[in-house]
Amino acid sequence: MIEGDHTLASVTDKIGDVTLKKRTPFHWFIGFGIAFMIAQALLFATVWLLANGIGIWGNNQPVGWAFDIINFVWWIGIGHAGTLISAILLLLNQKWRTSINRFAEAMTLFAVACAAMFPLLHTGRPWLAAYWLFPYPNTMGIWPNFRSPLIWDVFAVSTYATVSALFWYVGLIPDFATLRDRAKNKYFRFVYAALSWGWRGSARHWHRYEITYLILAGISTPLVLSVHSIVSFDFSVSQVPGWHATIFPPYFVAGAVFAGFAMVLILCIPLRRWYRMEEFITHTHLVFMAKVMLATGLIVVYGYAMEAFFGWYSASEYEVFMVKNRIWEGPYWWSYWLLIFCNGLSIQLLWFKRFRESEFWLFLISIIVSVGMWLERFVIIVTSLHRDFLPSSWAMYSPTIWDITMFTGTIGFFFTLIYLFVRFVPIISMFEVRQLLDEQQANEIHELEHKA
Amino acid sequence: MATADNKPNFAAIRDNILSGQGREYWRSVEEHADTPEFREFIAQEYPHEIEHWDNSLSRRNFVKVMGASLALAGLSGCVIQPPEKIVAPVRSEENYLPGKPKFVATAMTLGGVATGLLAKSYEGRPIKLEGNPDHPGSRGATDIYAQAAILGMYDPDRSQETTYRGVPKTWESFIAEFRSAIDENRRDGGAGVRILTETVTSPTLIDQMTKVKAELPGMKWLQYEPVNSDNAMAGARMAFGSPVQTIYRFDRAERILALDADILSGFNVGYIKDFAKGRAVTDEKTTMNRLYSIETTTTLTGAKADHRLAVKPSQMVEIAKAVAAALGVGAAASTYTENAAWIASMAKDLNQFRGRSLVVAGDSADPIVHALAHAINGALGNAGQTVVYADPFSPGSERLQLDQYRELVSEIDAGVVKLLIILGGNPVYNTPIDIRMSPERLAKVPMRVHLGHYFDETAEQCHWHVPEKHFLEGWSDARAFDGSATIVQPLIAPLYDGKGAHEVVQLFMREGFDKRDYDIVKEYWQGKNIAAAPAIAPAAVPMAEAAAASSSHGADAHGDSHGAPAASPTPAASPSPSPSPSPSASVAPTPAAGSSPVPTASPGSTAGAAGARTFDDNWRRAIHDGVIFNSAATTKTVTANAAFLAQSVPTQPAAGGDIEIAIVPDPCVYDGRFANNGWLQELPNPLNKITWDNVALVSPRTAKRLGLNSGNDEREYAGGAQGTSFINTKGGNQFSDLATLSYQGAEIKKPVPVWVAPGHPDDVVTIFMGYGRTRAGRVGTGLGYNAFDVRRSDAMNHGFGEIVKTGETTQIASTQIHFNMEGRDLLRTWDIANLKEEIEYGHQEDFYPKSMYQTGHRELYNQNTKWGMSIDLNSCVGCNACVVACQAENNIPVVGKEQVNRSREMHWLRIDAYYSGDINDAEGPHFQPVLCQQCEQAPCEVVCPVHATVHSAEGLNDMVYNRCVGTRYCSNNCPYKVRRFNFLLYQDWTTPEYMLMRNPEVSIRSRGVMEKCTYCTQKISVARIEAEKDGGRAIRDGEVITACQAACPTDAIIFGDINDAGSMVAKAKKDGRNYALLNELNTQPRTTYLAALKNQNSEMPDFRPPAPKKHHPKSKPEGHETNTEEKH
Repeated sequence: MIEGDHTLASVTDKIGDVTLKKRTPFHWFIGFGIAFMIAQALLFATVWLLANGIGIWGNNQPVGWAFDIINFVWWIGIGHAGTLISAILLLLNQKWRTSINRFAEAMTLFAVACAAMFPLLHTGRPWLAAYWLFPYPNTMGIWPNFRSPLIWDVFAVSTYATVSALFWYVGLIPDFATLRDRAKNKYFRFVYAALSWGWRGSARHWHRYEITYLILAGISTPLVLSVHSIVSFDFSVSQVPGWHATIFPPYFVAGAVFAGFAMVLILCIPLRRWYRMEEFITHTHLVFMAKVMLATGLIVVYGYAMEAFFGWYSASEYEVFMVKNRIWEGPYWWSYWLLIFCNGLSIQLLWFKRFRESEFWLFLISIIVSVGMWLERFVIIVTSLHRDFLPSSWAMYSPTIWDITMFTGTIGFFFTLIYLFVRFVPIISMFEVRQLLDEQQANEIHELEHKA
Repeated sequence: MATADNKPNFAAIRDNILSGQGREYWRSVEEHADTPEFREFIAQEYPHEIEHWDNSLSRRNFVKVMGASLALAGLSGCVIQPPEKIVAPVRSEENYLPGKPKFVATAMTLGGVATGLLAKSYEGRPIKLEGNPDHPGSRGATDIYAQAAILGMYDPDRSQETTYRGVPKTWESFIAEFRSAIDENRRDGGAGVRILTETVTSPTLIDQMTKVKAELPGMKWLQYEPVNSDNAMAGARMAFGSPVQTIYRFDRAERILALDADILSGFNVGYIKDFAKGRAVTDEKTTMNRLYSIETTTTLTGAKADHRLAVKPSQMVEIAKAVAAALGVGAAASTYTENAAWIASMAKDLNQFRGRSLVVAGDSADPIVHALAHAINGALGNAGQTVVYADPFSPGSERLQLDQYRELVSEIDAGVVKLLIILGGNPVYNTPIDIRMSPERLAKVPMRVHLGHYFDETAEQCHWHVPEKHFLEGWSDARAFDGSATIVQPLIAPLYDGKGAHEVVQLFMREGFDKRDYDIVKEYWQGKNIAAAPAIAPAAVPMAEAAAASSSHGADAHGDSHGAPAASPTPAASPSPSPSPSPSASVAPTPAAGSSPVPTASPGSTAGAAGARTFDDNWRRAIHDGVIFNSAATTKTVTANAAFLAQSVPTQPAAGGDIEIAIVPDPCVYDGRFANNGWLQELPNPLNKITWDNVALVSPRTAKRLGLNSGNDEREYAGGAQGTSFINTKGGNQFSDLATLSYQGAEIKKPVPVWVAPGHPDDVVTIFMGYGRTRAGRVGTGLGYNAFDVRRSDAMNHGFGEIVKTGETTQIASTQIHFNMEGRDLLRTWDIANLKEEIEYGHQEDFYPKSMYQTGHRELYNQNTKWGMSIDLNSCVGCNACVVACQAENNIPVVGKEQVNRSREMHWLRIDAYYSGDINDAEGPHFQPVLCQQCEQAPCEVVCPVHATVHSAEGLNDMVYNRCVGTRYCSNNCPYKVRRFNFLLYQDWTTPEYMLMRNPEVSIRSRGVMEKCTYCTQKISVARIEAEKDGGRAIRDGEVITACQAACPTDAIIFGDINDAGSMVAKAKKDGRNYALLNELNTQPRTTYLAALKNQNSEMPDFRPPAPKKHHPKSKPEGHETNTEEKH
């Protein structure tokens, strides 16, 4: 899994120097600058939103949710790959995860941060929603409504965010200690010392670390499945045609992993180039991720087929109408077919080795898939809501400039955090790569001996 | 542009002032108003500023304007209101409890026809108007205009000061100048004095005019308003030789033919009530009336008709003749040959119901159609049965209003008129273009005085403008459609410095010129016999019934009504300042706190005590009841003479153009007088749901031929049998092609948005009056096009013209864009001939046992009061009164055109309209009021994360506004889409007038909060408190009447306790026509509907046979057969 002629020390040098020694490359400043500016647009849009209300968006009477919840679900979906890679692949003993788990987890955290602002900001009175959605003891004896999927959401997302953050941070402690030891700058040394909590690398530390990490992985694993299942309940628990479908939980989870891997690819393909990490993030990694993407993508396509099938099989005229309206009769038919192109057709290229192994094609397909996953939520939310039971209430939805600003703003915010992460935190888990290298070399020696 | 031009002007004015020319000293700028520079400055500067009001009501502008009006209102508050005492007759002062509303009888007039009202007032603030059950014109119900009148009164845009050329002056200075002008005119007997009013039926004002005429024999009083009954009067003269007032009795008519007559959206609620009575079908009464309608523009009447014929306006005369010929009227012969079978079958049907049928001609129909209708009614023996006649209530009816107005114009042009007093009305805006009261024409009159609610287009052109009292602010009287007189009684001292027409006319008198309207009105009636016992007026037969139906008034206010003594009279509210100025005098209805009331009318013994009663007793009684019972017109017998058929009828001047154009009043803003009323502007037009605009209607075929509004998706446009969806949309938003429209050679100044209307006759365009106002106020200025640009005195209602597409489009704000049901079982319209089968077929299964969660709530509900509502779609005529009533009762904000375009209107109650049939052969639309259905198993409740919407033990789906954080999940999950979200801060929190206007029992919702219908839970609370005070009795049936129910002229809405087997609502729910909307979702709605019925004539060529009934797929699903047997 690790290419090139590496020793344990060279691994540490290679990864750690990005943070400590190398000059911050010029392209970092450009990228960070652009991302940061877009993030300011988010700030501005948020202030404008708080000052004026949801009405600045395009949401309307039948379409009560639109960009706000689309963005929420999209980001949450992206936030899935990290934990899946870290936890499930760890439990399944998939060694190839080590090179990508660190930034996949970081990506998860940042995506969840982007996602988490929407459930709050999309409410009419966020200053109250911020605490009324939590079960805090109060003199009025009012509790939130535990039957509402939105409350489940609050718990699911906050739990997920907490565990992901812990998982990521625990995994970082040994590397922070390495950086502390290697840092020449006293401020860096101080900060990394604080972050590494006195890690000395003793056997006892390692023992406890392994147990903690495994426990966190164990906790995270069901969360990967639960978070997006619960997010899907926001829809499937309701009775809106197009939302009320039993396929939603598995289909949403698969879609999340799909979207997450696409985003990991979008991030790691340029990263490995810019930081010369091709030896750690190898072609094999990319191919593996492509395969996961293909597999989950096919599950998602199955989900689309089932949605249409259920609509027909329900024998409910509203469900049948919804399917027809969504796919060819309604005004948003283009979004459905664009979605099918992005998520269904484009990934079929991944069956072929030529495309799987081409960085360009992988990058392109990943971007297409990310667009497709956003469209999937648009199709589910907007085309279901805009024409439901009573034709008298049907209406159209179109976003405003503020919807678009909020959405692009979160992308800017996400990349701002990614850029900061790349600059100040080792983007690849140094100690895990060292461990992997050690095992790899041991294997090679073993094989040589065996041959001899 | 303005600044560049104005600067020199302003400099010139300043130089003029500084140079000291003219007077040496000056006190104010207006003294220089004589200078042409100053006038020009004003003309340029002021209208320009006015145009800045943005009518889309952008939020920022709205807030800005509110702030400004706060300051202005503060100024108006500086005026010390003279103390004035009025009578609040329901409760005497001792029983008065703050926080308890009073109901005070008054009346509103439109086109001279009065509707009796009960105004609900809290601490002197009228906040809601209900119909007066005792008044023949309202019988407890109201229409949209009466409901919206409250907003009209509190409108901060109303003119607030007496002005001379726009400069504020005092009333006293007006009196001085005005009276000196009158004195000048006395020399020649007032030959140059003209008073122009709208239609007047006020006995007092008529009397005053007579007195003025006695003083100034040369004076002329002229009446004109754009929507009048000229055609009816001319038609009556043709048929009877003299104008008569026609009074219909729809309750007695079993077969009705409407000839371009919209009997269901007229101002006359009493007629709608009568019609609905004949329409209602119950277990006991299994027959209903049959309505035929021959009309041009689809009206509510046409939508409701069992058989409708859409014809060109020019064909109407010949059709009426054909009908007459078929019924054997005189020498009627028609050139109309189409639809012969239709007319023959219909005539046969009418003939079978001699004396029980009725032919009605509408105001816009030509005089001869009216004459023919009279003749047909005579021939059918309906005269005296379903239609009676009386002398006209308005003096001068022997001359058409148009002729009166025309005379005025010619006299102005001849320079005869020296002093013109315009009492109400807006002739500069709404007179026919060929004899328009244009600024140039008006300038020929040396002195012009205008009395009006607004500083409008006419006020701008007059020297003096006097703000007019709203009918809730002053005393007056008026007659209902049957002649019954009502004393119009104020509820509040004028908000601004308003004066009534009586007070202005009184200024003509040599003595007592400064009398107040109270004294004027009372003095008039003092001379009349109003003592008679309340003999029931002819048309008021069902009055007792109506009173019983609306006994909520009985319960909480109007109440003690017939029993209690009429409260505290003001023996003689003298015009001189009261010796002890009461501080509360500015909040008027303080019924003379100091003076001891004189209880004279002995409770309950109206008839017995009649002999001993004084005038004051009767007077109090009359204003308490809101109607003078013995004042209804005496009917007279007239016989139609068909000789008019031989006369040659003046034909309309021929005009170029291949398209016929009909001009009709707007269904919401009428002739433009309500243009500044936000409730009416945002009220969806009942047929096409357009708000904030007027459009030009064309038929689908004509639109296609002319290539208008054709950019729609063909699949959605045509759609085969379901083709009435999305007819004016592109993808879903309402885009409309703009066209230039010319009428009788003149062109409408603004391009006209075209709207495809199914059911509209081909090659005909309908345009609406009431828009294109240039000085309406911040709400109404600049909206729409002005149909008065082209309306001509020789073609008042229809003519010929052309319509040419401009190639541009505009966006129209409509609250509904999809008008077909997609084959869903939503609005049931059955044929009465097929009723039994339909009931069987339409039976709905109760899915309650199929719930996954057996909560046992139903047992709980069965133990408590179980509030429910039944809406009879057969009665509902789609008149919108409930929508405005709900808005007034529940403090529902207006959101503006831009927000309606975004589909964010706030109405808690909407009326869904669906067409059936093909787009080119559409039937309907049918109407279905939809409000919160109060589901027992409400989908909205489970999904709310903060418990902001919860269920009460009485089964109400309560909203906890304070708890709502606004996730909108409830709205997404509501299958009826009745929830409304405050996307922005729609409520106006700052304008003081609006603060006074709001119902104090209903909270004002802030932004970010979801709201919806609560079954008027505040009214339920009032009844519950009363019931508990009475020793914990149950709330009686009819004790709680929701706002929509109270307003409904057809009694389509019934509310009450379903658990009370004797209640009206429980009975309605047992009706075979009862069904729940979207029953299959198992939401268990408390609001259910009674299927609409059609009473078709099977011999008619357009008879639509009821669809053969198959096994209903949803009522008994195969797989569920066994489950349904579960015992519940």
